[in-house]
Amino acid sequence: MSEFFTKYFPNVWNLREDILISTYETIYMVVVTSLLSVLFGILLGVTLVVVDRGGILENRLIYSVLEKIINLFRSIPFIILIAVVVPLTRLITGTSIGMNAAIVPLVIGIVPFYARQIQNALVEVDPGIIEAAQSMGSGPIEIIFRVYLKEGLTGIIRASSVTIINLIGLTTMAGAIGSGGLGSLAINKGYNRFQSDITIVATILILILVFVCQFIGDYFTKKSTH
Amino acid sequence: MITLSNIQVTFETGSQSVIAVQDVSLHVDAGDVYGIVGYSGAGKSTLVRVINLLQRPTAGSVEVNGQDLLALQPKELRSARKKIGMIFQHFNLMNSRTIYDNVDYPLKSSKLSKSERDQKVKQLLELVGLSDKLNAYPSQLSGGQKQRVAIARALANDPEILLCDEATSALDPKTTLSILELLKKLNQTLGLTIVIITHEMQVVKEICNKVAVMEAGRIVEQGDIVSIFSRPQNTLTRDFINTATHIDRTLEKLTLHPSLVHLKDNDMLCKISYIGDSTSEPVISELTARYRVKTNILYANVEILQQTPIGNLIVVMSGSTSDLKEALHYLQAAQVNVEIIDSGLLQNSKVGDPV
Repeated sequence: MSEFFTKYFPNVWNLREDILISTYETIYMVVVTSLLSVLFGILLGVTLVVVDRGGILENRLIYSVLEKIINLFRSIPFIILIAVVVPLTRLITGTSIGMNAAIVPLVIGIVPFYARQIQNALVEVDPGIIEAAQSMGSGPIEIIFRVYLKEGLTGIIRASSVTIINLIGLTTMAGAIGSGGLGSLAINKGYNRFQSDITIVATILILILVFVCQFIGDYFTKKSTH
Repeated sequence: MITLSNIQVTFETGSQSVIAVQDVSLHVDAGDVYGIVGYSGAGKSTLVRVINLLQRPTAGSVEVNGQDLLALQPKELRSARKKIGMIFQHFNLMNSRTIYDNVDYPLKSSKLSKSERDQKVKQLLELVGLSDKLNAYPSQLSGGQKQRVAIARALANDPEILLCDEATSALDPKTTLSILELLKKLNQTLGLTIVIITHEMQVVKEICNKVAVMEAGRIVEQGDIVSIFSRPQNTLTRDFINTATHIDRTLEKLTLHPSLVHLKDNDMLCKISYIGDSTSEPVISELTARYRVKTNILYANVEILQQTPIGNLIVVMSGSTSDLKEALHYLQAAQVNVEIIDSGLLQNSKVGDPV
């Protein structure tokens, strides 16, 4: 095994510990950002749906304000967003470099995208079902938790797996602020030092992560469809 | 039970405002099966949503179970809605829940214990005849079965009123009848008050005891079903009734194919209609026996509405002018309504007109 690596991937064998750490860092960033984004994204997505025209808590003002904020953040390229939110990053994490610091721009970058996906998933819920729930005396909270989030579950799962795959892409860019992870490994150790075997291995590892997420997402999508 | 007074519903779409319901007042008594019939866009679905305030009226008052719904706080309104069941054209079941869970949904916010709820769900599904489908999902059921689940769900909190919004419009005629049978049973056994929105007079005929006809947001005619069916005042009402009895189509066919009728000089093509008691008298044979008027029946239809028979016949009567006149007087005296459709003898004249 090690002979094969020393022959064809000499640098990979030498930097095997770095590769493991980078993989861990990427997974860490993806998991923590995902958890936070699911929380904020669903909150925001649900809010968009219920305050929209004809929604159960219609409020045009809140809707247009939220929509503008989301559009604004979605328009900023992520690599620039990282730099723009540095003051906030410092405020929250006390530092502007490293894994934890990267989570702040990652959450800000992914939540608007995810919220839109959630909104799209929830507007797919048949308005007739919402109306039926209202006719049975369900209040807004009950409709959100017992109807929207339940009936829209398949869409939410699909949106989540798309978002997480997107997020894996963003974590590689977070290397720009020294977040670590497979992205910065591929650039700093692979590309900049002409160790292309490192770049290839980093790429393969990221692809594996993406495939695993896709697989899990598909599995749960299928399971939640009746 | 339900009293709507001067209901007005206006929708604002940008700069335009559309009046969906205009100055509608109606009263539904406990135990009624009240039909609201009208073509698409007449405002009937909007009107039925006013009853449980899914649609708030722009003006007017809504009283249900002695409560002024418009004066209620959101929480009070929600508990009032639990006593007003509703079913829909497209069933609106939750696809991610089993049949059992769909019926259980409205019970979760009730005070019943888990075992009481379980018992209730099973009892409701038995009532609608679906005890064997507990664990199926809505996508595995037929339209009629879905509507049965929807009915069970609507009845979960023991409502006194059931609103049906085009509940049979997506079903085939046979399934429609079985759903109507079920509603009838619920009306009779549970004393459930039912309001039915439909565009099919057939449905009204089958089950309602009162009916209101809607056009362009207004109720143009309302009353008990027997009098509406026997003496419709409004043209639209007549249209609807004719679609249910097929009499218009028959007449159309007869006029298109005059050879079917073979009207001779002294013949009269008439529509004869009667209600109730006249049926027991052999009117037609009397015509021949007493007035020497030969009667050829081209079409006959008897409806039983609320235990009252309503008959419609299209006949050709032939005889001498004086015999025919006497026969018409006899029919009039026997409370039978005669409408002369075509006659070489009495051109465009009606019974009672000077001949």
